[in-house]
Amino acid sequence: MLHALVAAAEEGATQNPLIPATYDIVWSAVCFAILLVFFWKKILPKMQTMLEERSAAIEGNIAKADEAQRQAEAALEQYTAQLAEARQEAGRIREAAREDGKQIVTEARSQAMVEAARVTAGAQAQIEAERQAALVSLRSDVGTLAIDLAGNVIGETLADDAKATAIVDRFLAELEASEKATK
Amino acid sequence: MNLLVQTSTDDGTFHGPSIMEFFPDIILFEGTGFDINRIMLIRFLAVLALLVVFWLGTRNMKIVPSKFQSLIEMALDFVRVNIAEDLLGKVDGKRFLPILTTMFFMVFTMNITGIIPFLNIAGTSVIGVPLVLALISYVTFIYAGMKKSPGKFWKNSLFPTGVPWPVYIIVTPIEFISTFVIRPVTLTLRLLMNMVVGHLLLVLFFAATQFFVVTLGGWFIPLGGVTLAFGFAFTLFEILVALLQAYVFTLLTAVYIQLAVAEEH
Repeated sequence: MLHALVAAAEEGATQNPLIPATYDIVWSAVCFAILLVFFWKKILPKMQTMLEERSAAIEGNIAKADEAQRQAEAALEQYTAQLAEARQEAGRIREAAREDGKQIVTEARSQAMVEAARVTAGAQAQIEAERQAALVSLRSDVGTLAIDLAGNVIGETLADDAKATAIVDRFLAELEASEKATK
Repeated sequence: MNLLVQTSTDDGTFHGPSIMEFFPDIILFEGTGFDINRIMLIRFLAVLALLVVFWLGTRNMKIVPSKFQSLIEMALDFVRVNIAEDLLGKVDGKRFLPILTTMFFMVFTMNITGIIPFLNIAGTSVIGVPLVLALISYVTFIYAGMKKSPGKFWKNSLFPTGVPWPVYIIVTPIEFISTFVIRPVTLTLRLLMNMVVGHLLLVLFFAATQFFVVTLGGWFIPLGGVTLAFGFAFTLFEILVALLQAYVFTLLTAVYIQLAVAEEH
């Protein structure tokens, strides 16, 4: 490489590459000046403006996202509150239903007991009435039967005899009285 | 490029590339101080390309960028974030951003013309651009320091803290030379020589390929294949160099500004 340079220099270098020609300096300066003005006045301000707009846009988006998140959190809170309220409400309703049910059962039970008592009382009354009826019919039947029997024994008809009837009645009354006394 | 024809003439000997590559014939305005030759035209083309690309890329900027706009933004952000804001902070970074951006894209575009077919020479491979940019860098960092605080700037530059005073007799001249002489010179030469050597290497490889394949022929053709492969590899390498040199140039300028405005070293 060095050899080539030296050879090159020997071959006919009439110009020292380290000594600048006037035109070289002039045009270099012109090129630099044009580019400097171009970048300084046109490109870099545009770039700056764009970067500022971009960061503004990014910040705007971040603010928007923050706002959205805030809203979402508020909504979540609200929903949670509503949910808790609904749960409470449901609990309350359940409790009330349980109370109601209990009351209904109690009422039904007492009603049933009342009904049962009523039915029992009716039945007893009926039984008593039937017993009285049976007693009355039995008394007359027993009287007739006894007179008929006595008639047959003495061979006479005693049926229309008022005396006989009175005797039977007295007898029965005594019977009853003795019955009561034994009770 | 007519240099391929020039460097391997029909007399059967190999002619390497010459330094006169970088001083082609003047086409227009000869001797007026506004002379235009091929390399000047390439520089104009580079400027034009930058104007067009960045004008198109920023013509209709959207908050949600298109692919092309993203690419332009990436390029601008590279200088803005990785160089200016990284080294100078937000405030000073913004102040010096126009100069740094211009430097980066001007150097890169004029470097990359070195490997673009039919241009084939870097606009930065003649001393004008590296020198002018180095001078601008030089003026900028001195301006930055003077504007911030002249006293501190000179003190920091010439009398580094933490040194016993007799040492200043040695340190101060060294610091002066390194800051105010070496810096612009190295900026200029680093860029210039990278581009000059890159171009000479490529010419050498491709001229050798032409010499082996066309002039010698026969058994030398495989050798031409080898030099062609090298030429291709170095073309790729030149892309890296173009980017790297633009980055280094801009980064160093930013570092110099940073040192100039620093409170304390």
